[in-house]
Amino acid sequence: MSETFTVVVNGVQRSIDADPSTALLWALRDAWGLTGTRFGCGAGSCGACTVWVDGVPTHSCDTPLWSVAGKDVTTVEGLTEQGPHPVQEALIAHQAGQCGYCLSGIVMRSAAAVDEARAAGKPLAEDDVRQCLDGHLCRCGAHNRIVRAIVEASEG
Amino acid sequence: MSSPSLSANPLLSTWLDFDTPGRVTAHMGKSELGQGVDTVMVQVVADTLGVDAARIDIKAPDTATGPDENFTAGSLSVPHSGTALLLAAANARQLFLAAAREHLGNSDVTLEDGTFRSADGSINYWDLNVDTHVEIDADIPLPPSSGTIGSSLSRIDLEAKITGQPSYLSDVRLPNMAYGRVIRPAFRGAVGVDINREEFLQRPGVVDVVVDGAFLAVIADTEIVAIETAAELGTTAEWRGEPSDLTDDGVCGFLTTVETDETLLAEGEGVHVEAATHSAQYSRPFIAHASIGPATALAHFDGTVLEVWSHTQGVYPLRRDLARALNMDEADVRVRHFQGAGCYGHNPADDAAFDAAYLALRVPNRPVHVTWTREDELGWGPFGPAMVVYISAATDDDGRITAWSWDGFGNGHSSRPSTLPTPSLLGYSHLSNKPAIPPSGDPPLAAGAGTGRNSIPGYDIPSVRALAHRALEMPVRASAMRSLGAHMNVFAIESHIDDLARQHGIDPLEYRLEHSSDPRARAVIETVAAQAGWGTPVAEDRGRGIGYARYKGLGAWCAVVAEVEAIEEVRVTGLWIAVDCGRVINPDGVENQIEGGALQSLSWTLKERVRFSNGVVTSNTWEDYPIVTFCEVPPVHTTIIDRPEEKWLGAGEASMGPTAAAIGNAIADALGVRVRDLPITSDAIVAAMGD
Repeated sequence: MSETFTVVVNGVQRSIDADPSTALLWALRDAWGLTGTRFGCGAGSCGACTVWVDGVPTHSCDTPLWSVAGKDVTTVEGLTEQGPHPVQEALIAHQAGQCGYCLSGIVMRSAAAVDEARAAGKPLAEDDVRQCLDGHLCRCGAHNRIVRAIVEASEG
Repeated sequence: MSSPSLSANPLLSTWLDFDTPGRVTAHMGKSELGQGVDTVMVQVVADTLGVDAARIDIKAPDTATGPDENFTAGSLSVPHSGTALLLAAANARQLFLAAAREHLGNSDVTLEDGTFRSADGSINYWDLNVDTHVEIDADIPLPPSSGTIGSSLSRIDLEAKITGQPSYLSDVRLPNMAYGRVIRPAFRGAVGVDINREEFLQRPGVVDVVVDGAFLAVIADTEIVAIETAAELGTTAEWRGEPSDLTDDGVCGFLTTVETDETLLAEGEGVHVEAATHSAQYSRPFIAHASIGPATALAHFDGTVLEVWSHTQGVYPLRRDLARALNMDEADVRVRHFQGAGCYGHNPADDAAFDAAYLALRVPNRPVHVTWTREDELGWGPFGPAMVVYISAATDDDGRITAWSWDGFGNGHSSRPSTLPTPSLLGYSHLSNKPAIPPSGDPPLAAGAGTGRNSIPGYDIPSVRALAHRALEMPVRASAMRSLGAHMNVFAIESHIDDLARQHGIDPLEYRLEHSSDPRARAVIETVAAQAGWGTPVAEDRGRGIGYARYKGLGAWCAVVAEVEAIEEVRVTGLWIAVDCGRVINPDGVENQIEGGALQSLSWTLKERVRFSNGVVTSNTWEDYPIVTFCEVPPVHTTIIDRPEEKWLGAGEASMGPTAAAIGNAIADALGVRVRDLPITSDAIVAAMGD
């Protein structure tokens, strides 16, 4: 049965009438027009749909609306509001992508890790980045460029 | 110079227009698939016209306005479209230059960023009135390059994708748009479906529920309602028909015993049985495209014209197939390319286009947007064909190869739209009383063949026989996937070459060089060997292997060295690649394509296998169809041998075969075990130990 859910998305309060089990991804894309979060699998297996929920990288495709009611959600659009995040700047500088479909999810995952690394003054090593992204799939084979870019971004 | 794209579209105005002041629009017939082709074409046009790259706009393929360049396939976009746009731009420059000289009354004219200058004044491309409805002269002298060709211009599309802007067809939202979802049959062989249509039609937001044979779909006002209704339809539908009983375990036997037609690709005598030094059988399973974004399409029918947006590889062939499938005039169907997630061959993009088109006809004047599920993407898209290859070689006492025979068995490598006797669109084949998709065909040898792609070794061998056996039944739908038969054939040939070298106690690198008189082949082999430290000792539990091929025998030359570690499982620890694709337009783009191809090939070679039984593809999730992960990806070192005086060749598929071969040879070097059946999993290694 339909219920009304309210979520704060990129600082803006958004509402939707939907079944509680509806995935956050589809509320973002379908109801709120935020298509930067990509649909990849619907099962939390590829990482393309990663957003932040209260600052924590989360697969939006298998996160039900009931579990995020009243919480803060940040999407790639929100992350980019004040200009590109250092991770995005580094990905652009390294031309780290081919089709780019996996990248907004990778941006959201790695931006959280890079923010933490920069705050602590401890840049990420290549292996840290590979571990961080191991739940993210890239089919084009741009992995190494992506890893190098994120390491560089973490160096501040 | 020549290009089939130009022969089919000889008018300058088809390729370039100067309609917007300060801008040049290049009209493409080949699709941006994530490979970066749009950026490369910007470079070609900017360099040749003498304008800044920032002034060039790319118009995506469109049957209403753009050239017909058939399919974006075979690593031919640079040779075909690049050459056509180069010549178009050279012709334009000459015409405008002549007009500028006349306008300025001075023949001493310079050109900078689109402005022609003389001592008497200046005028630019956009203020000159030049008729571009003229035939392109293919023999025109080319202007000197400004250096834009040959530079690593950044991709024109990547920043928007990295910053999450709407970039893909799945992101397009139009007013009054409806959302369709197709519910695929529970098994292959279904001919009909029973559902409670009336009940679903009552639901809020449901526009229509479409049932035709084994084609079942919902159209809804929102994507959420479409998804939720489709899921419920899927659980309540009862499918009629007989599932096929084939399993993927039996595919090799099936392909070598089913009825086939034969194509002789190399007419040498080949190897007499009693003379054979080494004979072996190799195989690979069906492989999935496995794009990260499932297929999407958008269609709109205004009562007369059907407009379809698709991330297809060929807008014109898709239009032909849509027109015959929907019984419409081609003139009433317009197909426009819009970017999707990465495309590596004939994936379900065209199928999704049919789905959207068919549903749009049900709701005239309303755009219908269709997205596939992950399960359908991995389970119902066309697959790269399984193959069985049998190779026999004869050598003289010194180990020199005297004769070679190759027999390749498998389904054809293309069931692309409009290439078969009836439409090859999945949804169409599910409609009541419509024909199943016919067995796929193979491109001719001159176009690089399919099953037989790279079946003829790129070495000096006096007598080579190659016979392709195309299976006339398909266990699952097969079609073109990046490098077609070259992945399997180069793996098989190069494994065989390594075995022969070892039989004769000759270093595999030396052995290859002894059989290579082609200087460009030798150059990539010697370059990669030097880069990888060939000949230096490898650590215990490690192995090193090499693979080489010239793609299609007429494309880029590529050699790869792999190092692997084999302790509990096989891990590739490094790849070194040398490539010669002639004149390079964008070095960073070539490196990206070569490395990406190598890593995708690594994934196919070590991990991937489509599983099916009783008419159901069971490898339809990422858990059941794993691909290479960030932690499994090794460092890749690519060296490009630029040859500015040579023809430019494509780079998208050159590294697939050599990478598979290098990995297989490195594993054999590490373990002393030759695995001939892909993928090379731990189980496959254990099985090969018993051989």
